[in-house]
Amino acid sequence: MRFDQPAGTNPIDRMKVVGQPIDRIDGPLKVCGVAPYAYERHDVVPNQAYGFILGSAIAKGRIRSFDLADAKSAPGVIAIVTHENAGKLGKPKAITANLMGGPEVEHFDQAIAIVVAETFEQARAAAKLIRVDYARAQGQFDLRAAIPSAKPVSDSSGEGSASPGRIEIGDFDAAFARAPVKVDVEYTTPDESHAMMEPQATIAAWDGDELTLWTSNQMINWAVRDVSQALLIPREKVRVISPYVGGGFGSKLWIRSDVVMAALGARAAKRPVKVALTRQQVFNNTTHRPATVQRLRIAANKDGRIVAIGHESTSGDLPGGGPETATSQTRLLYAGANRMVEMKLAVLDLPEANAMRAPGEAPGMMALEAAVDELAEELGMDPVEFRVLNDTQVDPEHPERRFSERNLIGCLRQGAERFGWAKRNPKPGQVRDGRWLVGMGVAAAFRNNLTMRSGARVAVDGRGIVTISTDMTDIGTGSYTVIAQTAAEMMGVPVSQVVVRLGDSTFPVSSGSGGQWGGNSATAGVYAACAKLRDQVAAKLGFNATDVEFADGQVRSGGRSVPLTDVGEMSAEDTLTYGDLGKKQQQSTFGAHFVEAGVDALTGEIRVRRMLAVCAAGRILNPKTARSQVIGAMTMGVGATLMEEAVVDTRFGCFINHDLAEYHVPVHADIPHQEVIFLDEADPQSSPMKAKGVGELGLCGVGAAVANAVYNACGVRVREYPITVEKIIAGLPRVA
Amino acid sequence: MKSFTYERAATPAEAAAAAARTPGSRFIAGGTNLLDLMKLQIETPAHLIDVNRVGLNRIEETREGGLRIGALVRNTDLASDKRVRRDYGVLSRALLSGASGQLRNKATTAGNLLQRTRCPYFYDTTKPCNKRRPGSGCAALGGFNRNLAIMGTSEQCIATHPSDMAVAMRALDATVETVRPDGSTRTFPIAEFHRLPGDTPHIDTNLAPGELITAVTLPKPVRGYQTYRKVRDRASYAFALISVAAVIPKRGAGRLAFGGLAHKPWRVEAAERRMGDAREVAATVLAGARTTPQNAFKVPLVERTLAQVFGEAKA
Repeated sequence: MRFDQPAGTNPIDRMKVVGQPIDRIDGPLKVCGVAPYAYERHDVVPNQAYGFILGSAIAKGRIRSFDLADAKSAPGVIAIVTHENAGKLGKPKAITANLMGGPEVEHFDQAIAIVVAETFEQARAAAKLIRVDYARAQGQFDLRAAIPSAKPVSDSSGEGSASPGRIEIGDFDAAFARAPVKVDVEYTTPDESHAMMEPQATIAAWDGDELTLWTSNQMINWAVRDVSQALLIPREKVRVISPYVGGGFGSKLWIRSDVVMAALGARAAKRPVKVALTRQQVFNNTTHRPATVQRLRIAANKDGRIVAIGHESTSGDLPGGGPETATSQTRLLYAGANRMVEMKLAVLDLPEANAMRAPGEAPGMMALEAAVDELAEELGMDPVEFRVLNDTQVDPEHPERRFSERNLIGCLRQGAERFGWAKRNPKPGQVRDGRWLVGMGVAAAFRNNLTMRSGARVAVDGRGIVTISTDMTDIGTGSYTVIAQTAAEMMGVPVSQVVVRLGDSTFPVSSGSGGQWGGNSATAGVYAACAKLRDQVAAKLGFNATDVEFADGQVRSGGRSVPLTDVGEMSAEDTLTYGDLGKKQQQSTFGAHFVEAGVDALTGEIRVRRMLAVCAAGRILNPKTARSQVIGAMTMGVGATLMEEAVVDTRFGCFINHDLAEYHVPVHADIPHQEVIFLDEADPQSSPMKAKGVGELGLCGVGAAVANAVYNACGVRVREYPITVEKIIAGLPRVA
Repeated sequence: MKSFTYERAATPAEAAAAAARTPGSRFIAGGTNLLDLMKLQIETPAHLIDVNRVGLNRIEETREGGLRIGALVRNTDLASDKRVRRDYGVLSRALLSGASGQLRNKATTAGNLLQRTRCPYFYDTTKPCNKRRPGSGCAALGGFNRNLAIMGTSEQCIATHPSDMAVAMRALDATVETVRPDGSTRTFPIAEFHRLPGDTPHIDTNLAPGELITAVTLPKPVRGYQTYRKVRDRASYAFALISVAAVIPKRGAGRLAFGGLAHKPWRVEAAERRMGDAREVAATVLAGARTTPQNAFKVPLVERTLAQVFGEAKA
């Protein structure tokens, strides 16, 4: 099915099942601990051996030699693979650093060997016995020092945010110079680790020249492609299975070393091999969100209208890598005649920088929406009113392009009302609750909507069961559930009669999970397959396909009603593809974040007290799973603002706080009452589902709302994230 | 993890004797720190002596009116003991501010005293660390040291001791009882239990090889407002940036011990005569502080936290 005209009325609009807040259908499996994750697939293939990956102890240089003697003779060791005996390997186009290093080392903890042994403990102990003779080379690990050599680059995150190296509309410099009220501020955001619960893990098994991988991956079809490119084997020989994923946040969009090393280990050991990265390895062996240095220049007339808006961002990555697209949202969020964005990339020899939830917007909005708060204060304007005043209903760079739906103002207004924004004292440091200084902050939420072609197969079995098969993944988002709801709505059966099978490369290729496109795109693919099957069922029954209705287990048309079970076994497969609706109009998602924060007047400790997100993001397929997505994102935003920082040791070229004791993410006690409101919306431009993404929208802007609340509470504006105690007390008055 | 042999001891004396018999052995109780260290090969014991069944798991009242806490009393049990909550609130609060519920259920009194530093360089075996590998250097000195020590440091090591419990025990003047491999026993004032790094940062305590902690004894309760204030980067499950264990009487000198400042719980008795004056107390406690640009904030933070604690005591 091709989607190149806005959606008309269709069976989803009944919203008998779609749009209902039903429980996750995979919930019982998860709370009972029986949903099988990759490393736990003891059942799928016998005789599994254990692999442990040895990472490079240096950040850049060359391996002169390995001494494997002690490791080889260690108890239980079956095989050891290094670059010397791995055979020829390729580098997948989508990946920057080789998944197996050697002799060249590109970054700290890059995989350079795998030891396969009878037990995990034996493999790990033997890996420690490998002696590596390195020739260290100088590397560049300091973003600040690399800025002078950074070059403008045009890039897309591949996840919905894209920005040119430099673009200017109107005359930014002149307008900024002339304007009566302005801010010119630098914000920095640190490197971050995805810190998903389940680390990368894979079981690899060869059957002749055919490779099966049970792994944890967001994008099955990309994984097949990348395995084929890495191991130089045909795609048809690769099967990837990943039905349950314990969190990804972008870290599992592409295969990582666990996949390649498990496959190489299994080939050498002539046995299936299972590998999981340790938490320490997740930090330096895999990808991270790169640090940014951003400059915001925004100027307004005295009436509060923006006349010039400029955003520059620099990040770093390995040679051949890409930038954090932190300037992307600034092109679309606010009106203003004179505009400039510039995105630069420095070469760093840190581990590979890559997508982490809302790449681009997450750190970009942390800077932009805090700078906007600063400008509103300069103007003496309420920050909600300032945003409302500067709303735009068209793409500011291309005024002929409208937004398909844009209700940012509604989000701000309704949020302000619900949150009690009117009680906020605009003067910082005025509200006290015991030892706490209390403040409120607001920020806009913005994230583009992406649609991806997606396929599915639907089958009815003559006994009332509808089975959906697609290589879509559920990374904790609720894919199983919204797909079941879609199929139930389309085929007129209860959700309990829908079986959803996901995450297997033998199933039709789907959108996968990433860039908040998965929910809308994958269900749209299911819609297409179901629409095709409905036509086939109608034809078989001799019904007129245009007035046929599927409801209550019956197929009805022209006064006739036939049980769906009567059609026997039938199936259909289809893929929904997209025309250029997304080009003709700008599809984005909107929201407003409101935060109340307390700052300890003496110690500077910050605790968030209340949070509210109001989202306008198309049809909400399941308010319960969507709410979970948004509150998870809000929590992640609190982490990014107040504690998360993968600290670079520029002498050793690594992230040094590489475990969850030292890299802090929020714990339960950090997260207060969270509320989410979805505004009623359906976007016929997005897909037949009329839905859009929310999973990343929930993260975009949270950080700035927290930072703005902290400022309102205590009067200290911290522009270097994360906002920690020492940065606050440096700005507080001395103890009396 | 290197492979190791294992035995289970039935009595404290037997455990100590077993340790003397087998070089390279370690006692294991809750294992909440040792197992992590073994997985990373920071600790590589050849032999583990499991002391979980030697008894030592009771809290008894002493003739002097104090409490004798068995070495194997779990942190959860100690924190929730009625007598501890009533008479030694600072200790109960310190315990509950540490780790997580799951860890406190396993962690023991003796093991808590013996936990090792959380310096990131100690935990990364590809980096120099004099505590892990004597003579290899201290990577923390010129590296990421935001949460490392400012008091009692040396050129060899700026690690902190991570325990909250020990800080409260230091304020309470606890004593540590041990048994040695020859069966003899001795008692350390807690002030003399942990060491400063000096030139031997790899040695955390004054325990002799094979010496086993059997109990920690608290003297009879001291009067006053008791609190444990831990300043940290998140609301729970984080090591202290700094912490203050305080016993503050209505008038006169009290007790103050500090965590997050040094290789051991930090206490300067002379400062306790100026109770109530945060600036004076901080200046005395922090005399001779050696800070880095990253951890210099601990100096004002101690004063600010004291101001809060004194204010609450007065209220």
